[in-house]
Parts: sequence; structure tokens; C-alpha cells
Amino acid sequence: METKVGTDTVKRGLAQMLKGGVIMDVTTPEQAKIAEDAGAVAVMALERVPADIRAQGGVARMADPSIVKKIMEAVTIPVMAKARIGHFAEAQILESLGVDYIDESEVLTPADEAHHINKRAFKVPFVCGARDLGEALRRIGEGAAMIRTKGEAGTGNVVEAVRHMRAIMGEMRKLRNMPEEELMAESKKLGAPYDLVKWVAEKGCLPVVNFAAGGIATPADASLMMQLGADGIFVGSGIFKSSDPAQRARAIVLATAHYNDPKILADTSSGLGEPMPGLDVAKLPEKELLSVRGW
Amino acid sequence: MKIGILALQGDVAEHAQMIRICGSEPVLVKHVSDLDGLAGIIIPGGESTTLGDLIGVYGFDEAIRKKHENGMGIFGTCAGMILLARKLNNGTNNQPRLGLLDVKVSRNAFGRQKESFECELPILPLDIPAFPAVFIRAPLVESVGPGVEILASLNGQPVLVRSERILAGAFHPELTGDTRVHRYFIDRVCG
Repeated sequence: METKVGTDTVKRGLAQMLKGGVIMDVTTPEQAKIAEDAGAVAVMALERVPADIRAQGGVARMADPSIVKKIMEAVTIPVMAKARIGHFAEAQILESLGVDYIDESEVLTPADEAHHINKRAFKVPFVCGARDLGEALRRIGEGAAMIRTKGEAGTGNVVEAVRHMRAIMGEMRKLRNMPEEELMAESKKLGAPYDLVKWVAEKGCLPVVNFAAGGIATPADASLMMQLGADGIFVGSGIFKSSDPAQRARAIVLATAHYNDPKILADTSSGLGEPMPGLDVAKLPEKELLSVRGW
Repeated sequence: MKIGILALQGDVAEHAQMIRICGSEPVLVKHVSDLDGLAGIIIPGGESTTLGDLIGVYGFDEAIRKKHENGMGIFGTCAGMILLARKLNNGTNNQPRLGLLDVKVSRNAFGRQKESFECELPILPLDIPAFPAVFIRAPLVESVGPGVEILASLNGQPVLVRSERILAGAFHPELTGDTRVHRYFIDRVCG
């Protein structure tokens, strides 16, 4: 029987299966197992979590393939890994390892300050960060099969993720009410492909799944992002930089599944110990912001 | 007719849309009490480890079993099929699940995401010569017990099976816009 691999349906489809779930950053096979046991729908294999990348500085690159492989062997759930913006050679290496999704991520140091990866050249699907609708549609135009807010990774502060989710949802609501003759000018303003702008205006949603990421540290943060319209949650440093990772991971999974049930949220938020230490994003110097990376 | 979709994790909205197009009423099942009055329930695609775990935490295993004994139909797609299987291989047999269908299922049977695929699948007992079937990190049925009817196979291995009021598929009819398998579930499995 003739089979087709790497189609848009298959690439976007995996992200659809992850909806309502939590994807967790892990740096070791042991952490991956903790994440899987807590109910994560996927893990992101990394060498350092964003909070450590932020603290240590220097150039942040794709993880050592041996770490990614060990994490793939440790769990049965999908494994994602990060490549630098524009670094298609890192992406080719990750694809050859067999990772299930590649995150072309602003958390790593960009390799190209003008261009992102041509994601259509790959069979493995890509997720990309976005701060607003124009950025989301540019990434989808390049072949991204999943979008996430950028937020401000490694801060434990949800404020930027909220800003980005509100921007994306608000701009979609605006498009939905726009007469067709205004869509070309809006497409120019957003810097987004016209056919995708038209698609969003007709359907009122993105053609791919949109998760929240960047600064989510508590079950309440997860609930907030889901209620603002996220399809699911990425938690980076928030789990393994907290005082009791297994319990916090579990609580965020339950909070994401029952995001609109305050009684369950009160229960899952209780007695979790210390969350990761947070940073005030407004006090970060502009050159330390990760979310401004990407074009 | 009310058809529930287990709404703990996975591609719930896609199934709800298919049920709507079929002219039935979709009900998002978040609590055990939401099962009341349903003619059938869909266990959607998602991560079977996450879904199985949440099913156990909130007592859905017992509740769904009881409703099924009283006539509620069940349709499992992909992760849903894994959760319905009585036996699992690849060392995952201790994974919490419903276990209501007498089949042995192999998880991630085709490999990882880069091996995920689409094909035109014949489902001859439903008079469907070619169904647009989407397989994503999909499972396969390795063997079936007595009383389990094989509705479709891929390379000789079953990918759509039925046993009385349970339907289970390794692929995702909810991703295609083709409602024929959902209609079969509503009319022939629940009806």
C-alpha cells in the first residue's frame, strides 16, 4: 500500500494529539522518567534548562546528541529537542536521531539573524515561538506545524506569555471582523503571508495548535494560559528548578486537564513547596531578553 | 443522540466536530457524572500514558466499565485503542487503562514521528474502498481474541476492530473531515 510520510496532516496531527497536555523540559533520563510518570504528554530534551542558560550566559547550542538519545530510550512518550534559530544543520542532526519534534528556539543563541529554518525541507515537524499573530503566521508559512508563545523563558514569570497569547488571540478576533478588502493591508501590516491571513479571517483560529510557553511555574499559571486560549502548556525551568519536581509536575498536569475547575485547581495547588525563584521581566536589560530573538 | 468525548487530554475538539457534522450532540466528558445519558463515548487520540493515568485518578475506569455493561458504546482512536486493549506489549503491559477489548496491541508499532504516515485504507465491511487514514506514532493490533471482528488491516495486521459495542482504530478518522467511520460508530455500534 502506498504511504505518504512528512505531510502537513501528519506533522500538525502529532501536535493535535498533545492538546490539553503538558510538555516538560528535561536534562537527564531520570528527569524524563519523572516527567512521564507525572503525566507529561512529551518531554523537551535539553542540556541546560532556560534558567541555567540565562544564569550562565555564553552561546547556547543544540544538546549533545548522546543526551537526546538517552532520553529517547528512557521514555515511551514523544521527545522534542531544540535547534538554534536558522541552524538547519542542527535540525538535520536532530532529525537523524529520530526526535519527534524540533523546537526552533529563541532560548538558544540564534545562528542566523535574518532567516529561520525552511521547515518544509524536513520530515520531522517543527514548533516555533511567536509574540504576535504576524510572527506566528510567518513561522507557519515557513512550515512550522505547531506554535507556542515565546513568553520569557527561565524567569518563572508568566507576564510575557500572557502578553503574547493576548496579542495572538486579539489579532485573530480583529481579523475575523474585517471585511475582505482590508485583509491585504492587514497582511502587509502583520508581515504575514496573505493566504494565511485570509485563512485565519475565515476560520477565526490558527491552522496549527498553539501552546503557551515561557515563564509558567504554577498550576494557576497553566490554568490562566489555558483560559486565555492555549491548547496546552510547555513548562521549562518551572518543574526541575522547584523544590519538589515530581509533585509540581503532577499538579501542573492535573491543572491543565481541569483548567476551568477552580476546586480541583485549589486542591492541586496545595502544599507544593517552593516554586522556582522568579525574575521581574521589566527589570531585565533588553540584551538579556530571549523573546526578542526571531524575525 | 448524545455522544461523549473523554475530555481529559488529546484531540477532543476534532472528534466533537465530527459528531456535530453527523447530526449528533457531542458532550465533553470531564467528570464521571458527565457520562449519564450518553449513547456512546469516544476515547480520543492523545498520549496513552497521560490519559490512562487521568482515567484512573478520577475513577473513569470503573464508571466507563459500568456504563458499557449497560449498553454505552465505546470508540477508541489510537491512544484510545491502546487504553481499550486487554494486553499490551513492548514492556508497557502495566500501564493503567480500561482493558475492555480482547486484543493485544503493540504501542508505537511503526516507529517514531518521522515514520508517521497517511494512506488510503480499504474498510470493506463498511463498504469503504478507500478511507483517508492518518497514522501518528500509531499502535497496531498484534492478535485478537474470539468474538473480535477485523474491519480493516494494513500489511496483514488489524488496524480497525470491533467487538459488539466497542470499536477501536489505530488511525485518526477525526483528522480527515471524512465522517464515515464516525457515522458507523453512531449508527451501527451505539444505535
